[in-house]
Amino acid sequence: MSPTELPPFAAYFAAALLVPFLRGWLRAGVLLLVPVLGALALLGLEPGVHAQVRVMDFTLTVFQVDRLSLLFGYLFNLAAFLAFLFSLHLKREEGAALQHSAGLAYAGSALGAVFAGDLITLFIFWELLALTSVFLVWARKSNRSLSSGVRYLVVNVVSGVLLLAGALIHAHQTGSIAFTYLGLDGLASWLILLAFGIKAGFPLLHGWLVDAYPEATPTGTVFLSAFTTKVAVYALARAFPGTDLLVTVGVVMTCFPIFYAVIENDLRRVLSYSMINQIGFMVVGIGLGTPLAVNGAVAHAFNDVIFKGLLMMSMGAVLFRTGTVKGTDLGGLYKSMPLTAAFSLVGAASISAVPLFSGFVSKSMVMAAALEGGHGWIWILLLFASAGVVEHAGIKIPFFGFFAHDSGIRTREAPLNMLLAMGIASVLCIAIGAFPHKTVYPLLPFPVEFVPYDATHVLTQLQLLFFSSLGVFWMMRTGWYPPEKRSVNLDSDWAYRWLAPRVVRSAGSAIARADGGFRRVSLRWLSVFLKEAAKALSPTSGLSRHYPTGFMVLWVSILLGAYLLFYFL
Amino acid sequence: MKASGERARFLDRQRNVDRLLWGATALGVIVILSDFFFHRHVYHPWENFRGFYGVFGAVGIVLLVQLAKALRRLVMRDEDYYESD
Repeated sequence: MSPTELPPFAAYFAAALLVPFLRGWLRAGVLLLVPVLGALALLGLEPGVHAQVRVMDFTLTVFQVDRLSLLFGYLFNLAAFLAFLFSLHLKREEGAALQHSAGLAYAGSALGAVFAGDLITLFIFWELLALTSVFLVWARKSNRSLSSGVRYLVVNVVSGVLLLAGALIHAHQTGSIAFTYLGLDGLASWLILLAFGIKAGFPLLHGWLVDAYPEATPTGTVFLSAFTTKVAVYALARAFPGTDLLVTVGVVMTCFPIFYAVIENDLRRVLSYSMINQIGFMVVGIGLGTPLAVNGAVAHAFNDVIFKGLLMMSMGAVLFRTGTVKGTDLGGLYKSMPLTAAFSLVGAASISAVPLFSGFVSKSMVMAAALEGGHGWIWILLLFASAGVVEHAGIKIPFFGFFAHDSGIRTREAPLNMLLAMGIASVLCIAIGAFPHKTVYPLLPFPVEFVPYDATHVLTQLQLLFFSSLGVFWMMRTGWYPPEKRSVNLDSDWAYRWLAPRVVRSAGSAIARADGGFRRVSLRWLSVFLKEAAKALSPTSGLSRHYPTGFMVLWVSILLGAYLLFYFL
Repeated sequence: MKASGERARFLDRQRNVDRLLWGATALGVIVILSDFFFHRHVYHPWENFRGFYGVFGAVGIVLLVQLAKALRRLVMRDEDYYESD
């Protein structure tokens, strides 16, 4: 095969330039055709290098294919199709041209990243992911989205800079820029892991995600939830499988966001915390590194894009129709938006890993891999996190959005294009959950021997689901469940949104104070010096006296005498 | 609350909600009981305990929610916390 084929991102970038000039059906056609043709173009692609370009002394591999990248290639085309279908209704005053164009460029960047064969190409698309997607946040046109978008951009660009630094050190040390297994050894790989970690939402590096995603437009968040973090998962799976540290990091990711999700009022922010929790399962799988675990991680990424997208779409539809997604404001919407409510329930069942829904067939792979590897405590914590998912994504999202106490809001069902997008996602969730061996399993990087549907898996999962749900509903019934409150919950972004500005401000005033003090003391010393100098040089001072010539001659002879004396000694 | 002139729906009546809740609880009990009749594979010592998953789910979720409630004291601020400067 000649290494000059058109890489998958090319069509997306070309369409991104084109769509602002198209209207109506023509634009809709382009938006929907690009991902469909993109997916068809991937069919039957052979593994290997498909396109390279020479830039200065480097040969950049812009299109390289293997089973792992191919799976993400199909996934991102699918996600783009659903997200474009969901956003077809956008009007000019909502910034349709900007959002459609940014969405295309963003999806194209994600495809560019997963088919990148070297670290430099990866870096370019890594930065483009940030630069293109930030417009989906800014398009909300609120003060919050503006400042949140700036923070999002800064953090993501820093991630890219770390990646570039790591890549250059790696190239210097090994002479290779190939994007392949790296493993953790030395500064270069740590920098690259940190870069991946920021985009994957590692603990304490995750602030940007829960800060910005809920501030984007109703349709923008659907794009955001699909690409950036999953590109990071892909990158981790390629470069760091079997890295022990990732098991610990992943478990923390599954466990800490579920506490925040319980008390968060903005339902799209709840889903953002939920996203970190789900990525945690993937990171654990990558860290375990066995074929079953990596298969589980990748399969879960595939399913998560669809069911998390579906949940984000349902909340986006609510935001679009009612202008709010706050738990305190909503409730009873199933009366006005019954179909959206039903689709939301499918998403909730999928993420909660109800048997016959997609989450069940992938999450159980990671759990089984943890048990098989003898990681008992990891497994216990993952089980706890699974119960937490049932609470916040399985119950809280649909319950507070569509049921709970009727808020009195009456509105219309979501627009047809939104319903279609949610409907297709729902069908996929059930199809993958019911027929994993005919859908997602054949795409996985390793052959699958795992059987999700046996009595043990189904029975134990049903027990967990039933009793964690009953726990939640009985707590609600008895008043033990904390009510939704209008509030902000402090998280790691507090460090740069609240603390850092104050530290800089108080450091600034401390420097100003020190500077003022220094100037005052210096001025005082200067004035004392000037006064003394003036005194010494005044007509009456000793320095201004007249001396007779004989006095000078006397001193010269004394000095010469002393010199002679020392010479002879 | 329902908008004026609307017919009360099934879920608007607390009695119906309670019935559903008790029904679900009964189903849960059946699921737990089935644990005594099926032979299932055991990989972790805790799994030997019949009904382990149910008990773990219920205890875990209560613990999670109550700890999260306590977390509010530490992290909860006014809605315009970051804007009020």
